[in-house]
Amino acid sequence: MNLWNRLMCTCRRRSPWLFHMNSGSCNGCDIELVASLTPRYDAEQLGVRLEGSPRHADILCITGPVTRNAVGAIQTVYGQVCGPKAVVAIGSCPATTNVFIDSRTLDGPLNKHIPVDVFVPGCPPRPDAIIQGVAKAAQILAERGNNPPIADAAPQVVGSGATECACNECKEVQP
Amino acid sequence: MNLITALARLLIFPGLLFAVPAAWFFLWVERKAVALMQGRIGPPFMQPFYDFIKLLGKTTPLREGIGGLLMKAWPLLAVSSAAGAVALLPVLPSSGGFEGDLILLLALLEVPSMCIIAAGFSSRSIFGEIGSAREAVLSVSYNVVFLLAIVSIAASQHTFRLEALAQLPASPLRWLGVLAILVCLPAKLHLNPFSLPNAEQEIYSGPMVEYAGPELAMWELSHGLEWVAATGLVATLAAPHVTLWWIAAPIFVALSFAIVLLLSILASATARLAIDTTVRFYWQCTLIFAVLAISSVLFMRLRS
Repeated sequence: MNLWNRLMCTCRRRSPWLFHMNSGSCNGCDIELVASLTPRYDAEQLGVRLEGSPRHADILCITGPVTRNAVGAIQTVYGQVCGPKAVVAIGSCPATTNVFIDSRTLDGPLNKHIPVDVFVPGCPPRPDAIIQGVAKAAQILAERGNNPPIADAAPQVVGSGATECACNECKEVQP
Repeated sequence: MNLITALARLLIFPGLLFAVPAAWFFLWVERKAVALMQGRIGPPFMQPFYDFIKLLGKTTPLREGIGGLLMKAWPLLAVSSAAGAVALLPVLPSSGGFEGDLILLLALLEVPSMCIIAAGFSSRSIFGEIGSAREAVLSVSYNVVFLLAIVSIAASQHTFRLEALAQLPASPLRWLGVLAILVCLPAKLHLNPFSLPNAEQEIYSGPMVEYAGPELAMWELSHGLEWVAATGLVATLAAPHVTLWWIAAPIFVALSFAIVLLLSILASATARLAIDTTVRFYWQCTLIFAVLAISSVLFMRLRS
């Protein structure tokens, strides 16, 4: 690997820009994603920036169980994100369609439609798990570069699916 | 003027070799200051550099025809004119180099904003068009005040040459003009109370909405260079005159840094205003001061 490629690899790892998309989520995961950018978790330390346009993004963060209406939008937005790109599925819904399983209004799970790199399970997942998932996706993105995603790669699952915080402060507040 | 000093000023200081790292540094200071004001730690020091290199390595969507060519041309034009504006700043009191005058500097500073307007319309996205329209309205509002302030400074010192302006002792009227320019800078740099054209949530970052990869990297760079040029202009007008260049250059850099910090803190402390409020602010509140400055200058010139 020459110097330029190594530099590019580092830069891709250290500057993940996110585009957040809701595919019928209950808004729980969306709030947690925004919470990961707030002062308490401060994802910007990893270079994370929430972008307004999918054209600017590297990592597509999708929440929600993928309703029928959202399928077309997901494919459009996935096409609009310029390569190299990665997809993070946030919450249990995009991974398994969660409690909505077998609903006739759904067409999930997400990896039926687009290749998903990292799953962050939880209902909703904790912000630190989301940050871990984004960091993992940035790592995958940097290693993969311009190559297309491997079709049947084992999905990366990040976090324990815990919805409660493990820190001592929170235990004091919620006994 | 000899060729070597001219090239050195264009390429080394305060030209490209100084301006590009300074642009990244100012972009970092902007983000870091906002983060610190919000009680966060903020991005690492090299963040704008990482972003720039990463954007260079991304693919861009294929666009055919004259529209695609234009979309490639606007960011390049913006970067080159902003770099030219930086190179014109009379930091080193030299006998050679570019004898820049204020009118050329103002024209070069105005080009990136026009490029943004054109870029939004040539992207043919509805959000881009809204952003461009906002940018156009905004630039009509602040430019009246900005130009009146510049004219009042030039008229009070009887010269439009930047080098001469930097060397003359400052009069009280010049401080009034510098203050008026400072009021216009947040709008010129699309900072927070007046960040209407590139509003991320409302109109998906406006004129930039269709830009990706290296083109977006050029826009980021041109924004950084605009930072350097605009703060450098204020620093040139406000800095005390020192003949030794090795004292003058650090003073220039420190003053620019202080202005960047001031503007970033203002940006993090305020929320975005609506377009009508912004226009009213510039046409009703600040125009009075600009008119006051220029009329007092003209009055003093008539008396003397």
